[in-house]
Amino acid sequence: MIRVATITSSITCGVLLVALAGCEFGPKAIEQTGYRGTGGDQIIAKKRLIAQPIPAPPYDLPADGGPTAAQTYQNVKVAGAMSAERFNHLMASMNQWVAPQTGDPTKVGCNYCHNPENMASDEKYTKVVARRMLQMTLNINANWSSHVKATGVTCYTCHRGYAVPRNVWARADAPGEPTRIMGNKHGQDTPTPTTGYASLPYDSFSSYLGANGNIRVAGKTPLRTAPAGASIARTEKTYGLMVHMSSALNVNCTFCHNTDSFGSWSNSRPQRVTAWYGIRMVRNVNEAYIGSLTSVFPANRKGPHGDVYKVNCTTCHQGLNKPLGGVSMLKDYPYLAKPTLAPAVVPATPTAPRAAPTTTAAVAPGAAAVGTVGGN
Amino acid sequence: MALLSFERKYRVRGGTLVGGDLFDFWIGPFYVGFFGVTTAFFAGLGTALIFYGASLGPTWNPWLISIAPPDIRYGLGFAPLKAGGLWQIITICAVGAFCSWALREVEICRKLGMGYHVPIAFGVAIFAYVSLVVIRPILLGAWGFGFPYGIFSHLDWVSNTGYQYLHFHYNPAHMIAVSFFFTTTLALALHGGLVLSAVNPREGPNGELGEVKSPEYEDAFFRDTIGYSVGTLGIHRVGLFLALSAGFWSAICIIISGPLWTRGWPEWWSWWLNLPIWA
Repeated sequence: MIRVATITSSITCGVLLVALAGCEFGPKAIEQTGYRGTGGDQIIAKKRLIAQPIPAPPYDLPADGGPTAAQTYQNVKVAGAMSAERFNHLMASMNQWVAPQTGDPTKVGCNYCHNPENMASDEKYTKVVARRMLQMTLNINANWSSHVKATGVTCYTCHRGYAVPRNVWARADAPGEPTRIMGNKHGQDTPTPTTGYASLPYDSFSSYLGANGNIRVAGKTPLRTAPAGASIARTEKTYGLMVHMSSALNVNCTFCHNTDSFGSWSNSRPQRVTAWYGIRMVRNVNEAYIGSLTSVFPANRKGPHGDVYKVNCTTCHQGLNKPLGGVSMLKDYPYLAKPTLAPAVVPATPTAPRAAPTTTAAVAPGAAAVGTVGGN
Repeated sequence: MALLSFERKYRVRGGTLVGGDLFDFWIGPFYVGFFGVTTAFFAGLGTALIFYGASLGPTWNPWLISIAPPDIRYGLGFAPLKAGGLWQIITICAVGAFCSWALREVEICRKLGMGYHVPIAFGVAIFAYVSLVVIRPILLGAWGFGFPYGIFSHLDWVSNTGYQYLHFHYNPAHMIAVSFFFTTTLALALHGGLVLSAVNPREGPNGELGEVKSPEYEDAFFRDTIGYSVGTLGIHRVGLFLALSAGFWSAICIIISGPLWTRGWPEWWSWWLNLPIWA
C-alpha cells in the first residue's frame, strides 16, 4: 500500500527536479552599474555571453593611391573616389561578409550581386541594395558617432556572413484585423522572444523603430500629469521596446536606468544617452535607407505585410552590449570611415539631440559614503 | 500576567542553554539570560554604528539615511569602514541580535516546558533576512549584493533588483510567496472574525450581555459555509503554516534571482510553452 507520505515526497521530488531543470547553473558574470547598494547590477550567466569572432580581411589592405574606382570601372556611384585597389578590397570584403558562398553558381560570391558578363550592370536587385547599404554604412560611421562612437560599423556588424542578417523584423500585426470581442489579443499576450516572453505588446518596433514615436509616458510631477496621449497601452508598448533592447544587449534595466524614475536623465547612466541615439540611428537606417528600397526588394524579401525587413538592436548587438565585443573593424577597412566617401544621396540628419543628459556614472547620486537615494 | 501578584512563581529557574545561573534573572517583566545580554550588545552596537554611519553621510533626514553595502569589487572580503565596512559590521550585529533573540525565546520555552514553535517561526523570519544579506551575496560572490539599510534606499534596491529580472511578478517563488501572504491575511481575518463572532456577541436591546457561544458554534459555522471546519487547534496550525510559507518562499524567490536565474523572469515560463504536449 502506497502511503500518502510516499506520494507526497515523490511529487515534491518531481517538482523540485522540474524546477531545477529550469535553472541556470554555472558561473555568472557580475558587474556593478550603480552606486553601491542601489541594486544597479548586471548578473548574467557566462554561457550566454557568446564571443563574436571577427573574420580576417580577404587580403592585406592595398596602399591608397593610383587610379580611382570611377576611372577604372563603370557605374560606380558611391565609392568612385576610392582607389581602384581599395575598391577591390571592399568588394572582396563584402563578398566575404554578405554573399552566399554555396548554392546556385549564378547566385553565389560576386554573382550574388553582379552579372558576371557585365559587372557594371544594375540588373540584379541585390546590387542596388548593396549600394544603398554601403551608403548607409558610410553614413553611420560619419554621422552617428553618438551611438557607434569610434568603433564604427561594417557590413559584417549586421550580416555576419549571411545575405540577410539573421535578426530583422517586419510589421507583426495583421492589417485590418477585425475588432472582435473573442480571440482578439490586441497585439499582445503572445509570448515571443521580442518581449522576453512577457504579455507585452509584441510590435513595438513599428511605432518606435519604424516611425518617430517618442517614448513619452512618464509624468514629471508626483501627481498624475501624464504627457498628452500617454496611456497604459502606450506604456506597455514602450516596455516591449525596452525589453527588446535588454535582451538584444543581454543587460537588465539598470544598465541604463535607475528604476526609481525611468524617465529622469539625471538619475540615468550615460549608457542611456548612447541608447537614445541608437533608437534614432535605427530609425534613420530603417526609414532613409532600408525603407527606401521597398520597391527594389522582391516579395520574398519582405514581411507578411509587404514591408521590408528592418533592423533593431539585435541586428547588430546579438547579445553583447557592444557588438563584436566592442572591437572596431575599421582599422582594416579605413575607407568605410572616411567622411569624404559619404555623399549619401539622402544625407542623414541626426535627430536634434536633446538637452545633454548627465554623464555621472552612478545610478544613485552622491559620491559620499552614504548615498541620499530616492530624494528625487 | 506580569501585573498579577502570583507572577513570581512562574519565573522558573534553569532551562538556560549557556551561562547556567549567570544571567538567569529578570529585569522588571523581562527575562534576561545570556542571550538577552548578547541581544542587547548586538542591538546596541548595531544601532550606534547606524548613527555613526548617518553622521558620516550627507543627511539626517530619517527617510534618506542609508548605510550602503560595499562595492562589488570587494567581493566577499572586508571593505574599508566608510566604504561598506560599516554595513558589514552592522549586518553581523543584526544577525547576532536576531539569533540571540531567537535563542532567548528558546530558553524561555525550556523554562516553561513549552514547544519551540515561536522561536522556530521567528527563525524563518531570520532566514528571510539572512537570505538577502548573507546567502545570496555569498552565492553571487560579493557582499555588495546585500540591500542597503535605509528607508528609501532599501526600497530603491528592491525596485532596481526587481527590474534586473524585467518583471519580478513572473518569479515562480515570488508568486507562491505572494499567494501565501494574501492567504495568511485571509485566514487571519476569517479566524479573527469567527472568534469575535462567537465570544464577543453584541449586547441585547436592553443592554444585557450577549451569550458567548462555544467552539461547536464556530465549527458549525464553517461546516455550514464550506462543508468543513479545520477546528480550533487546526486553524492555528494552518495559520502558522501559511505565515511561515510566506516568509520561506520570499527567501527562496530572492535566492534564486541571480544565483539560479539571470534572465527576465517571464522567460522562465517558456518551459511551459515548450512542454511536449503542444510544443
